[in-house]
Amino acid sequence: MVNSKNENNSKNGEKKGYSFFFDRWWLLLFGVLAIIVLLVIFKPDPFRRIIIFVYDGIWVTIFTTVVSFVLVLIFGLAAGLGRISKNIILNGMATIYVELVRGIPLLVQLMFWYFAFPSVIQEVGNAFAISSFATYRANPFLMAILGLTFCYSAYMSEVYRAGIQSISKGQMEAARSLGMNYFQSMRFIILPQAIRVILPPVGNEFITLLKDSSLVSVVAVADITRRGREFMAANFIPIQTWVMVALLYLVLTLFSARIVTWIERKTKLER
Amino acid sequence: MEPIIHINQIHKYFGHVHALRGVSLDIYKGEVVVVIGPSGSGKSTLLRCINRLEEFDQGQIVVDGITLDSAENINAVRTEVGMVFQQFNLFPHLSVLENVTLAQTVVRKRNPAEAKIIGMQLLEKVGIPEKAQVYPLQLSGGQQQRVAIARALAMNPKIMLFDEPTSALDPEMIQEVLDVMLALAREGMTMVVVSHEMGFARAAANRAILMDEGQIIEEAPPNVLFTNPTNERTKLFLSKVLL
Repeated sequence: MVNSKNENNSKNGEKKGYSFFFDRWWLLLFGVLAIIVLLVIFKPDPFRRIIIFVYDGIWVTIFTTVVSFVLVLIFGLAAGLGRISKNIILNGMATIYVELVRGIPLLVQLMFWYFAFPSVIQEVGNAFAISSFATYRANPFLMAILGLTFCYSAYMSEVYRAGIQSISKGQMEAARSLGMNYFQSMRFIILPQAIRVILPPVGNEFITLLKDSSLVSVVAVADITRRGREFMAANFIPIQTWVMVALLYLVLTLFSARIVTWIERKTKLER
Repeated sequence: MEPIIHINQIHKYFGHVHALRGVSLDIYKGEVVVVIGPSGSGKSTLLRCINRLEEFDQGQIVVDGITLDSAENINAVRTEVGMVFQQFNLFPHLSVLENVTLAQTVVRKRNPAEAKIIGMQLLEKVGIPEKAQVYPLQLSGGQQQRVAIARALAMNPKIMLFDEPTSALDPEMIQEVLDVMLALAREGMTMVVVSHEMGFARAAANRAILMDEGQIIEEAPPNVLFTNPTNERTKLFLSKVLL
């Protein structure tokens, strides 16, 4: 409020000295892309073969990450609201969930969902004679998305919580004093402001999730990492394989970072 | 005549602090009541109890015939009672006009076109229609507070509560806000104002109330209270404020 003039100045200054379309992150992204293209053109064997082999894995990685992340945004918000709730039961459930999930490695959680959880369902099916349960088979995709969502919703709930708590108490009071109920106040006043605050950490969560999605390769999901391992097992060229896999992840993460920055600028508050 | 705000023996604790100690007060339709008192005397807390931003531990408040007990009743009361805060609390992500129209459409269920017309009329009234498309943080403090008043008025409240509306303002901006409040008082709005603006109290208030340590110490017409206080604590407080 007091600094509105300074804010204006810094925003203008940023516009002048800083070009969105040609800064170092674009250079980095194009650099990585150029390396991939050059490798494929000048060393098609093995690099072109690697790309063709892992190509479907790229889409699996993107699909798994994006679907999980959309679910994480929803369930993370629910858990985050639970964490700030004054209702003892909701708050207690959310707190236990977050603390437990954050304390267990993601790899172990994925193992549980893929190997242990279906067995639990089968046992239950046997015990209560429910045939559809007793013959339950785990779908790798479903379990991978379930595992990632379950784990990352806990992380995301903390991001939401911090964002909501960063908005001054007066905003909620002003909304409530106009007769809005709790959910209307959240929907129209608190969350639109909180989301601007948490965009950088949310983007960070997305990129971390993208990288952690490589763990689903151990539960029979044919993502980039698993396809890379399969290629290496067949061709015994570890250096080239893992360099190419790393470059592919880099393209995805650098590109994601660009999108996050773009959204941040789009949604910046006018002052 | 039934009072529009009936406050009966309310008590409020913040932990071990007994912030309100059995406050009773009746306010009638069209009255302007100014509440003064040293900081920590409970005057803001009392004001915030009236629209239940603050819960109280004992006692009863009835606003316009509605008892503050259930969630529905609290929301019903809040739509009848406008509140203006010391820190303005405008919504920074919405334009000035959107600040004034949002609750109209969400709570009062007016259609957007109608809400816009009402919003512009109110911005006209507080003297800044030209700022309708601007964002709050681009305005001066005095302008922000006037928008906050327009935002509260947009709900057609029967009562307006002002919690130190000019305390966060630079001196040269205080008068523009007081002028809006004065105009509102002349229109017959029921107002409860926590403020040390003696000039406003003299010009607009029917009653001035001095609170100290969670109790009402003295109440009288402002001229009487400011010039001829009977209570020792009132005299002491006024000697510090009116230099």
